[in-house]
Amino acid sequence: MLNLFINSVFIENMVFAYFFGMCSYIAVSKSVKTALGLGAAVTFVQVMTVPLNYLLNEYVLAPNALGEGIDLSFLSFILFIAVIAAFVQLVEMVVEKFSPSLYNQLGIFLPLIAVNCAIMGGSLFMQQMVGTEINSVGDSIVYGLGSGIGWWLAIVMMAAIREKIEYSHVPAAMKGPGIAFIITGLMGMAFMIFSGIQL
Amino acid sequence: MKLSKNFTNPLAANNPVIVQILGICSALAVTVKLEPALVMGLSVTFVCAFSNLIMSLLRKGLPSRIRIIVQLVVIATLVIVVDQFLRAYMYEVSKQLSVYVGLIITNCIVMGRVEAFALGNKPWDSFVDGVANGLGYAFILVLVAFFRELLGSGTLFGIDILNRFGYVGNSLMLFPPMALIIIGCIIWVHRSLNKDLQEK
Repeated sequence: MLNLFINSVFIENMVFAYFFGMCSYIAVSKSVKTALGLGAAVTFVQVMTVPLNYLLNEYVLAPNALGEGIDLSFLSFILFIAVIAAFVQLVEMVVEKFSPSLYNQLGIFLPLIAVNCAIMGGSLFMQQMVGTEINSVGDSIVYGLGSGIGWWLAIVMMAAIREKIEYSHVPAAMKGPGIAFIITGLMGMAFMIFSGIQL
Repeated sequence: MKLSKNFTNPLAANNPVIVQILGICSALAVTVKLEPALVMGLSVTFVCAFSNLIMSLLRKGLPSRIRIIVQLVVIATLVIVVDQFLRAYMYEVSKQLSVYVGLIITNCIVMGRVEAFALGNKPWDSFVDGVANGLGYAFILVLVAFFRELLGSGTLFGIDILNRFGYVGNSLMLFPPMALIIIGCIIWVHRSLNKDLQEK
């Protein structure tokens, strides 16, 4: 389990190895404060939706899960995205009702998360890893937590670098997204040194 | 006149990937070789065009409160069609694309065009807009894949180009970080040519 966690945070990092959640990663990484907020929200939704989708996969979608000879795996895209969208909506309503101050901090990010590729990607990878690395609900929670934290780490580091780069002389055409992509590429190369770690 | 402008605009001046920075999530991982990049680009074009068409036909009777969930259902259904088609007729490519076909659902270009264009325009205009944005995305994918396959393995579409001259493939090009750096360079070139896009 520890191996799965380290693996999903560092080696198979959502951003650097699979480019998941790049859109909001580039768009929201202008200040560390908002990056922290969005990262926390993504990690929370990831920890909840990956196990939910794991249960859905195990008891409804997998071949022979509902009954002998029934294979509903072609429905997994539509059910996973429905679970994610419904869950995000639910979280938004609960947070708005019980903690208005938290809602004001996270509120704008929550609708963004429903279409964040990292969430959907986490569930789809979880489905592929069933039977090899993920064999129980506990494993799927660990994987959700690890991949969420990996994304969180990436966006906060990126935001910190972008705050500093305001003061350097970037060529005019490279300002904004151009330099952000190159920095992400260099960070990805740095993260490649983690590959091969086994615990 | 307006229609042709709708068509050419997303291909260069207002390209969804390099100007609006949308849909990068699933874009870069499939660019190691040209073939999966091309298939992915065409799949997105198909999904984008038909989701725009369907949502444009539905736009008058649809309450705006439930539009997001309706959009997701329409897009997810189209993606399932694409996924089943690829598995049936192009099994090798669909293995290489793995989960990225499913991620077309959360591709911001598809949702973005439905929200920004299809809900306020006629069906035929929306269809053209969807095709053009999909092709704009496919163009960038193919461009990145061209450099990565040529410099990484010395081939194009699996046909040997550089290796016969004694070129040794630079395997760094095949790793994920180089895709980001190539796209950064494409943005650099594009913004040097279009000065009005540069950030102050």
